[in-house]
Amino acid sequence: MASNGLKIAIVGGGLAGLAAAMKIAEAGHAVDLFSVVPVKRSHSVCAQGGINGAVNTKGEGDSTWEHFDDTVYGGDFLTDQPPAKAMCEMAPSIIYLFDRMGVPFSRTPEGLLDFRRFGGTKHHRTAFAGASTGQQLLYALDEQVRRYEVNGKVRKFEHWEMMSLVLDEHQVCRGLIAMDLQTLELKAFPADAVIMATGGPGLIFGKSTNSMVCTGSAVSACYQQGARYANGEFIQVHPTSIPGEDKLRLMSESARGEGGRVWVPRKEGDVRPPSTIPENERWYFLEDKYPAYGNLVPRDIATREIFQVCIEGKGVGGQNQVYLDLTHIPAETLDRKLGAILEIYEMFVGDDPRHVPMRIFPGVHYSMGGLWVDYNQRTNIPGLLAAGECDFSIHGANRLGANSLVSCVYGGFIAAPAAIEYAKNVERNGADGSRVYDQELKMQQEINDKLIKQSGTENQYVLHQEMGKWMTDNVTVVRYNDKLKATDNKLLELMDRYKHISINDSNLWATMALPHARHLANMLELARVITLGALNRNESRGAHYKPEFPDRDDENFLKTTIAEYSGEGPVFSYEPVDISLIKPRKRDYSKAKKN
Amino acid sequence: MSAKPSPKTVEIHIRRRANPDSPQYWEQFEIPYRPNLNIISCLMEIQKNPVTKAGERTTPPVWQMNCLEQVCGICTMVINGRVRQSCSALIDNLEQPIKLEPMSKFPNVRDLVVDRSQMFDHLRRVHAWVELDGTHDLGPGPRMDQDDVQERYAYSRCMTCGCCLEACPQYEGNNYIGPQAIAQVRLFNMHPSGAMNRTERLEGIMGEDGITNCGNAQNCVKACPMNIPLTRAIYEENRETVIHGLLGWLKG
Repeated sequence: MASNGLKIAIVGGGLAGLAAAMKIAEAGHAVDLFSVVPVKRSHSVCAQGGINGAVNTKGEGDSTWEHFDDTVYGGDFLTDQPPAKAMCEMAPSIIYLFDRMGVPFSRTPEGLLDFRRFGGTKHHRTAFAGASTGQQLLYALDEQVRRYEVNGKVRKFEHWEMMSLVLDEHQVCRGLIAMDLQTLELKAFPADAVIMATGGPGLIFGKSTNSMVCTGSAVSACYQQGARYANGEFIQVHPTSIPGEDKLRLMSESARGEGGRVWVPRKEGDVRPPSTIPENERWYFLEDKYPAYGNLVPRDIATREIFQVCIEGKGVGGQNQVYLDLTHIPAETLDRKLGAILEIYEMFVGDDPRHVPMRIFPGVHYSMGGLWVDYNQRTNIPGLLAAGECDFSIHGANRLGANSLVSCVYGGFIAAPAAIEYAKNVERNGADGSRVYDQELKMQQEINDKLIKQSGTENQYVLHQEMGKWMTDNVTVVRYNDKLKATDNKLLELMDRYKHISINDSNLWATMALPHARHLANMLELARVITLGALNRNESRGAHYKPEFPDRDDENFLKTTIAEYSGEGPVFSYEPVDISLIKPRKRDYSKAKKN
Repeated sequence: MSAKPSPKTVEIHIRRRANPDSPQYWEQFEIPYRPNLNIISCLMEIQKNPVTKAGERTTPPVWQMNCLEQVCGICTMVINGRVRQSCSALIDNLEQPIKLEPMSKFPNVRDLVVDRSQMFDHLRRVHAWVELDGTHDLGPGPRMDQDDVQERYAYSRCMTCGCCLEACPQYEGNNYIGPQAIAQVRLFNMHPSGAMNRTERLEGIMGEDGITNCGNAQNCVKACPMNIPLTRAIYEENRETVIHGLLGWLKG
């Protein structure tokens, strides 16, 4: 224990969780860090392109205000502005800190940090380490936290999964219940504050660009215990992913940042090899429609355009795919700046993207929504904070590329001192303090016991697949109210069928079946929040697009969606967005942005 | 690829173990063939309905997976005798029946799952980090040459997957610090601020189970899925430790 006895529990060991852990340990307090996988294997490793910060080394007149304006404009004004501004102001120092930790950021000829272009901005603002920036940043934090592990400040609980929070009779968070994923033992972990840093819920959509741990399960557990979930309907579908049998693999926006061009043959059903199709018979539709930003329009726009082209049968070979073409760039430049992602494409598709245009299609990628937090990353439950993709702040209705890594670290850096401050001032448990832990432990054990004992004809993996298909078909790029309603009915049906699943593993040692069954229940609850949030929002804004309501409607919907759990499903309310710094204006990426 | 006719099924043999105290055994599975399958999607298919090739109901095989893009390292196993990540092992490129085994150099938890925590212990031992003065704002780090950055980047891509240790003929029962940790020493000793603590790192790889255990088989560099120049790191660090040892002796 630290000298003054504060203990903070952190759930999740990606960028946000490790950033918070490092800061808390540095301040001399104790951290219990929970992660379902060794933290070095967290989903942050999948981030490729880079991290944004207005360092302005290219002399383009970039500024933290410009970064802030791009972020808010790109997010279609659904962002609470003060924390987004604070993040953009912190961003250059975050990049410098990683530089000091030894992250091998790419350099300019003078040995300074190099920056590249990314979507939704006209500036070179993205620092990068090859094309595996997330991996490199995560490793840097992993290394720093290991240092604190060695000196005893951080205890890691890897292969442990959070099942629920421990709340006292005043709904104050007193710690959590976690499960050892080998023995299935449940244990209560008292803590003075808990920080959620568990990332996104991509697995709700079955296949996504997310890692397999990104179920949103722990966050859903918080929601079911009273945490407010905000803007759930805002799901980013990344324009460029590689469809696969097991997942959709991300093809980074940095491919376009470095000059990659998106096109389809002008002639429908043209089966010629792409290299033989002459320039004037190619349709570079993003450059055509958005001359100011071209291939670097924000993700929601690029995704809708690609989707539309394919729906109209203009995709390559009439299929759901368009070309992402890098073949005009020298192979040496590509290897240096994009090597890691080109290897991924080569490994999984077999073609060499240096010589053959890649075939890509949009894939579910990121949740702008998440646990509601205030400007200090505090949820509505006293003692519970959240940081990173699992919180709703910063990105509004659409996240800009390379803003996620910076928001993860920013969130962790704000949550850490806020958790310490809270923990210092919180009244400790009374004499019967242990009772709340025992009660919650018993409740969680009962859920496990029931699942293990019950026998029914439903298959949990089949239910998951059905949920994923319905969510992907109806709650992603284009949304219709009748289909959203039908999806919610489907989710209710799946919840009912869930009661009749049986765990298909009689060997409970290190089983995957019981944890998955617990995830599935939680994913279904969150899927309803996403679907009904979308149904209720009758407008189009950022990633949320309804052909029946094609325009942004600030009068009725310049509001944060808040979902609160009840036994009968989510209860929705709306809160004003803090637009105190930049007045909302219409987004138009065919023209250069005016501040 | 030649125009070989596609098979109708995929046959997979899995070396299983119920728990660390029970013996290993083989089980055979067969699933319908689809194009573009990888090992993970086959395992998912088996997991959904765990029935052996002979039609007998069994427990679902257990394995680890996460990123599925060969960047997290978790899904490493031995596939047809070769250690590699199962996410990037495509069925179309594998000889059937496909044999899946857990890595043999680490404690086997269940089925294809092993416990690689010793690799993280090694990272602790070699102080694989830069000693920061603090995380407060102190401006940018040292300027660096892009060539040096690129060499460091190669070492920095290590995902602690364990392929190098599995392939190393010297590594057995955690008796040797191994290529991954030595490459991390190289990564941090190359960095201007990291180099200020190079002595601690060198001492971390100089004990009885240290760098001199390398038998120069060079299997590690061939097995590494990230193409990390592991043998170069071993060469450079061996030189550093010899000089460090010699200087220590001269000073002593």
